[in-house]
Amino acid sequence: MTDGPLFLATLRLADDALVLGHRLSEWCGHAPVLEEDLALANLGLDLIGQARSLYSYAGTVEGRGRDEDQLAYLRREGEYRNLLLVEQPNGDFAVTMTRQLLFSAFMHPFHVAMKASSDPTLAAIAAKAEKEMAYHVRHTGEWLIRLGDGTAESHRRAQAALDELWPYSGELFEVDEAMRAAIEAGFVPDPEAIRPRFDETIDHVLAEATLNKPKVGAFQAGGRAGRHSEHMGFLLADLQYMQRTYPNATW
Amino acid sequence: MGAVLTFDQARQPADKSRADAWADAWAVAAAVCDPEVPVLTIEDLGVLREVRIENGRVEAFITPTYSGCPAMNLIALNVEVALEEAGFTNVKVTSVLSPAWTTDWMSEAGKAKLAAYGIAPPKGKAGRRALFGEEVVACPRCGSADTAKVSEFGSTACKAHWRCRACAEPFDYFKCI
Repeated sequence: MTDGPLFLATLRLADDALVLGHRLSEWCGHAPVLEEDLALANLGLDLIGQARSLYSYAGTVEGRGRDEDQLAYLRREGEYRNLLLVEQPNGDFAVTMTRQLLFSAFMHPFHVAMKASSDPTLAAIAAKAEKEMAYHVRHTGEWLIRLGDGTAESHRRAQAALDELWPYSGELFEVDEAMRAAIEAGFVPDPEAIRPRFDETIDHVLAEATLNKPKVGAFQAGGRAGRHSEHMGFLLADLQYMQRTYPNATW
Repeated sequence: MGAVLTFDQARQPADKSRADAWADAWAVAAAVCDPEVPVLTIEDLGVLREVRIENGRVEAFITPTYSGCPAMNLIALNVEVALEEAGFTNVKVTSVLSPAWTTDWMSEAGKAKLAAYGIAPPKGKAGRRALFGEEVVACPRCGSADTAKVSEFGSTACKAHWRCRACAEPFDYFKCI
């Protein structure tokens, strides 16, 4: 792998945002109420917007002439560097909200910290994303509280969603060699420094929601190295279908 | 507004002073409306950041309200067309991310226009709000403070969906960020 740490760090952030944004777009027209349909589409729009800025910049950093569309639509599964968490299927509404909360509770303080990036473009992207992610944390946190502290059925589903997704939360803090180089260059914050804020948000929400934080022996990982769960191929087939079928199509 | 006036050459015709040319270009770009909130110009919104004239080329700088704002492409196109229709021949529109857009840049005139249009304008300064805090937004129709948030997300990325308990009308609130 000859790609530099700035490219890889930017690409990972872009892949996370695109894949989760795509998952949210799958809810379009299917959410439990109209307001939530709009909310999920808005959350997805924020993430896809962030992905566009990040992919454009990754393409510039890479310097091989790839633009945002080529990076988003023309890479193979093993070339994606997103977290396993964000590619997990939507499941029921509790699963979607839990997945979103775990991601946002980490990414909000991450973007706050990345505003001080040694790289001016990443700092600028973070300054926008930070404001958006604050809304995501609040919205999903309020929902998880409502579900967890709601009926017996909503509580059961919220706890099941948390039990299912919690093992994917460890990957948020994974630091490999490329990431270490990006942290040392000051491009991205050290996820360990984000952990107290993440824990604070999660603990607050889970306490209010009367949900229990699962105890797991080992966390799932592999997405950062391009080893994905079985869901990723189906997601990409859907995401890339148009561009693969009609290359260079525009509208 | 940090308008850069370091241009070397005014646009043609030569009877305009360079400052006039800049003022013209600014006014033309500033008059472009937001396609999703058509009562506001991009100047009212603070989306238009800067206009430069250098070596006969006009460059307008705009900044997105939200990363995924779908109106940006259309705004860029409309600014370009407006400047060309006004006689500027060498026009470029550049999108900048930094500094990040904030509702603090919305003009007072813009806020008044929003309220008259039925959208509650952003309240106060975009300081750091408590993550799970409450806010009070007055109904843009009847002025009552007896309102409730229906959803944090409304018809566009920049708006939330509220309703008034006094007059029973739903309304949009332009989120304060």
